[in-house]
Order: sequence, then C-alpha cells, then structure tokens
Amino acid sequence: MRLNRSFAAVLCAVGLMLVGGNINAATSGPPVRIGSTLALTGPLAATALVHKLVGEIYVEQLNQRNGLLGRPVEWIVKDDQSKPDVARTLYEQLITVDKVDLLLGPYATGNILSAMGVAQRYNKMLIHHTFGIPSLAKYDMQFPTWSLGPDPATTFPNTLFNALAASPKPPKTIAIVTSKFPSVQFMSVGAREVAKKRGLTEVLFLEWEFGNREFGPIASRIKDANPDFLWVGAIGLEGNQLLEAMKKIDYLPVEQFYMYPAPGPMVKAPEAKNALAATIFEENVPFLNNPGAAEFVKVFNERAAKAGLPDTSVETQAAASYTAWQILEAAVTATKSLDDKVLAEWLKTHKVDTIQGKLRFDGPSNYGDDLMRVKQVQNGRWVTVWPAEAAAPGAKLLVQ
Amino acid sequence: MTLPSLALLTQAVLSGIFVGALYGLLGLGLSLSWGLLRQINLSHFALAFLGAYLTYQLVMVGGMDPLLTLLVVAPCFFAAGAAIHWLLAGFAVTPLNSLLVTFGMTVIVESIIQWCWTADFRRMTSRYAEITYRIGKVYLPLPELLQLALAVTLCLAVWATLRYTDLGKALRAAAEDGEIAAAFGVNERVLAALLSGACAALAAVAGLCLALSYTLTPSQIYAWIGVVFAAVMIGGLGSALGPLVAGIVIGVAEALTMAITAPSWAPLVSFSLLIAVLLVRRGRA
Repeated sequence: MRLNRSFAAVLCAVGLMLVGGNINAATSGPPVRIGSTLALTGPLAATALVHKLVGEIYVEQLNQRNGLLGRPVEWIVKDDQSKPDVARTLYEQLITVDKVDLLLGPYATGNILSAMGVAQRYNKMLIHHTFGIPSLAKYDMQFPTWSLGPDPATTFPNTLFNALAASPKPPKTIAIVTSKFPSVQFMSVGAREVAKKRGLTEVLFLEWEFGNREFGPIASRIKDANPDFLWVGAIGLEGNQLLEAMKKIDYLPVEQFYMYPAPGPMVKAPEAKNALAATIFEENVPFLNNPGAAEFVKVFNERAAKAGLPDTSVETQAAASYTAWQILEAAVTATKSLDDKVLAEWLKTHKVDTIQGKLRFDGPSNYGDDLMRVKQVQNGRWVTVWPAEAAAPGAKLLVQ
Repeated sequence: MTLPSLALLTQAVLSGIFVGALYGLLGLGLSLSWGLLRQINLSHFALAFLGAYLTYQLVMVGGMDPLLTLLVVAPCFFAAGAAIHWLLAGFAVTPLNSLLVTFGMTVIVESIIQWCWTADFRRMTSRYAEITYRIGKVYLPLPELLQLALAVTLCLAVWATLRYTDLGKALRAAAEDGEIAAAFGVNERVLAALLSGACAALAAVAGLCLALSYTLTPSQIYAWIGVVFAAVMIGGLGSALGPLVAGIVIGVAEALTMAITAPSWAPLVSFSLLIAVLLVRRGRA
C-alpha cells in the first residue's frame, strides 16, 4: 500500500514536471518586454488597479499559451502617480533605459496624451485603453481600444436618446449638469447639441469644477428644475456625490444618466435605482459570447475578489484593458514581428476580434465604430438595455 | 434667466452653513497649531482622513456606533499629536519647514491609508445617514446637523478655554512670548504637547464628520486644504471662533454662487474673499 502511494506520488510529480515543462518549453528565448505606466497611486488609483489586475491576468494567460512569438512576455509597469508629467518621464525611461519592445498606454486621457507624445518622438506604437477625446489623438501609430468612435459626443448621445425615445415614457425636458473634467465635459456639450436637435427642452445646464466637494446646491437646482431626464456628466466619485446630495433633499430624478460613474459604488447605492450609464462591456450575453469573454470574466471575478477590490465585475475599464492586450497579441501573432511600424500598418488594415466585439482602426484618429451601449442599474446590478441587439436577455429600459 | 425659488435659496444657505461648519472644524486645529505653536501643520488634513477611515473601519467592521468611535480614535490621535509635536520641537523645526515636514507626513499617511483601505471609494453606512428632518420645503440631514453641532460646540469650548481658564491664558502667554511665560512658571513644553494632542483629537472629530457625510478616497485629503487654509487665514491665526465664522461665510458664499450662478465659479469665492480680507486688514495676521 505504502509502495502504491509512493508510486502515485512519483507519477504526480512527474506529471507536474511535464506540465510545467510544457509551459516552459512553449516559451523560450529572451522575454518580450512590454512597458506601461498606470496610476497606481493618486486620485486615479482606484480604477487603475483594475487595469493592473487585467494586465497581470493577461500576461499570465499569454505565457501559459505561447507567449509572443514563442518568447515569454514580461510586463514592466510603473506608477505614474496619476500625473501626466510623471507619465511622460516614465515612458521616456521605458523606451530609453528599460528598452522595452512594445508600449501599452497608461490609464486616463491626460496621461495617455503624455505617453502619446513620447511614443511619437521615438516612433513607437502605442496601444491605449482609456482615451476619452478622440479628436486629440493625432499620432498615426496610436490605437484606441475603448471603442468610442471618432465623434462620441454626437454618436453616443444619439444612442442614449434613441433608447429614451423607445421607452414607455420618453422625456420632453432635460437638465444637463456636468463636471469640467475634459473627457466628460465635451460629451455633455455634445449631448446638449443633440438634445436641442431632437427637440428636447433644456431646463437646466450647469458645470462644476472637477474636485468639487459640495453638491448640495447643485442637487437643489436640479430639484427646482425638475426635468424629465437628467444627464450627469460625472466621472468617478462625482456621480455618487450628486446622488447622495439629491437623496438628502428627498429628490429622485424621473430618469437619470451618468457618463462615467465609479461602477461599484453606484450600483450599490439604493438611490441609483434605474440609473443609466455608458458601457462597452457587461457581464451578460451577448458580450459573453465574444472571444475569450466568458473565461476572462470568470478569472477576473476570482482574482478581483482575492485582491480585495470592492467591485469584482468586468465592465468598461476591465474590458477596454483586456482588449488592448488582445489587440497587441493579435497584431504580433499575425505579423510575427515586434516592429512598431509593421504592427501599426497591420492594425490599420485589419479588424480584430475582441471581447468588446470587432474593432477596426481605419477611421479618423484610428478610431472605428462607436460601440458604446446603454446600461442600467436593475435589481442591484448593471445590465445592458440598449441597443436591442446588445441588451441582456429579457432586459428593457425601466423608468421610475 | 429664471429666478431661483425661495426653497432653493434656503436649502443652499443651509448647505453652505453645514459645509462651512466642517471648514471651521478642520480649520480649528490648524489655526491653533499655526497661531499658538507656530507650526503650519498640513498633516492635520491627513489625520482627519485617517480618523475618517478608522471611524469607517470601527463602524463597518466593528459594528460600533459612529459617535462612540470618538472614544477610541480621539485619545489615540491625542497621543499621536503630542508625538508629532515632540518630533517637530526636538528638531527645532521652523514654521516654514514645518509646512514641508508635515506635507511629507501627509504623503506618508495617504500611502498608509491607501495600503490599508486601497484607493477605492469607501462609504460608511450608518443609521444616522438615513435620518433627514423636514421643515416646510427645507431638508435637514442628521449627519450635517451633527457636524454643525460638533463644530459650534468645540469652537465655543476652545474659545472659552483659551479666554477664561488659566490653561488658556498660559497657552496664549506662551505663544506671545515663551521665555517671559516660562519666567512666570508656565511649562511651555508640556502645554505645547497638550495643545498639539488636542489639535490632533480635533482632527479625529473632523474625521468622524467626514465619514458620516462623505464618500472617502485617500486623494480627497488634498481637496480640502485650499479652502480650509483660506478659512483659517480669514478667521485669524490662533483664533477658535474665527475659522468657524469664516468657514460658514465661505460655505454660504460658495453655496449661493452655485445656486444662483455657475457652480464652476464657486472655487473662486474662498480665495476672492481671502484676498479681499487680506487687503482690508493689511499689516495684521
């Protein structure tokens, strides 16, 4: 019996060695070094941690497959402290000191813009995941993986207003309140124009400085205006702050939309019931049918819980991040090259299957289609409700 | 342009009073350490946020009542404040250098908060948050009422202590001229440590108010510095009531600006007021 157990143990050990051997045998040679910065500290850190986790998961998966060109992949990620000037310095360092083979973008528009300038100076391709103002992306070897389309300030408000028009109670009046955070403000200004063209009556338009602490008076003005539909150009915590302020004066808008809310905190707030937001990916069919989506969601959920993230679900941020890695891998695999120009040329002429759907980069500023959808808080979770072909099974836009 | 309703204006004034009270409460400790100890203690803001996170932890994990957390947090902070003073006094840090040293401490505390609670948003839920009183068309949330009550009570208590007690007189004397005060038997070192501890304990109270009314994230520490500095400068260094009055004036002015004109103009209010006050009372601290 003891002999059998020993034999089994030896077999197991040999098996494990073989499996391990396969992983190691699959990749050989010097590692392909991919350089990034992320806002691991500072005001953008909460979201940037999602991108870090996604990158770690992807590199692990990549190395378990075949790496890139049969070589292991090493991801060098540095902390840009949420500061564009630090990001600029670190990208310079990644190229000149660390001598990375390829670059991936940092998190958030300002930092990406900094990194883009450095990439352009050194003729490096830059794939980035969260750039919010397409018209500012002038460099021809930058590739956005958050599928906003080249003119999101027009296309997305139309998507949203189409959803509202198809709802049981289409709004007639609108209040637009917005942060002056650049990638949010231009969307709100665009929504204002689109609303006007579509015949909605604007009863309130307000702007506040990013970093505003006190939302009480803004909430009171919204209550005073009492619109049928409230567009909130909020980013991160601002959406929750406004919701809390409205709750304190016992006001709940008939219908409300938040541009880029912190997804976890908003979905947990009872006052956010039926709130709408933009998304490129949610954990529901049909997104889960996209290549690699279901497996990624499973792994991310587990790893995010282990990492202690308050929100463990995959949504826009995680999906855009994963897409960036998918695009990088697709280009390298197809061209069998690490040459930035070769990769960029390939991306401009090919569509790539990602967890968001098919992405193309042949439009203005290398943007393709606007794949932004409308999601809604329903029963304590986000579900995609519009357009119909992207809606979760059986999900419809609900109104108060 | 439509005129704002009376309900909107009243609610805005109340919002301003509530947030102004918090400016005053945060400014109280800063004003005392700046005016009486000659230490520009930027870490006061970091301590307030650390207090907020500790309150969050004790309430959400420990199940304590938010107000009772002060029994734990405030004494710990008192000790920490005294230790900070001991450190600064030990190295004979000048007022300007104290600004730099305490800025460094702020960054360290921010990193500790981020390490313990991550950079994600944290919102404390408590039974207080669910209670809002209504008078006519005006709403009075309990957390904000508590904030106002704590700010007014503590500012009055500190003012009365400084004005009417021997301890207060000794503190003021030591701030005026340490050597002469020592000649009259005032133990400046002990008093300074006590005052520094008290300022840190006041930061713990401000932290409780932050946790009750606001969603927390480590980087929010810096969002309060400018406006609270303005309240302290307008209210007068070393003054107990000044920062509260100035804070409420700034809060109401900001809120009315938001209610009547563009909210994006609100940040201009505190510094415009500061410049106006400094111009009016030239040559005085």
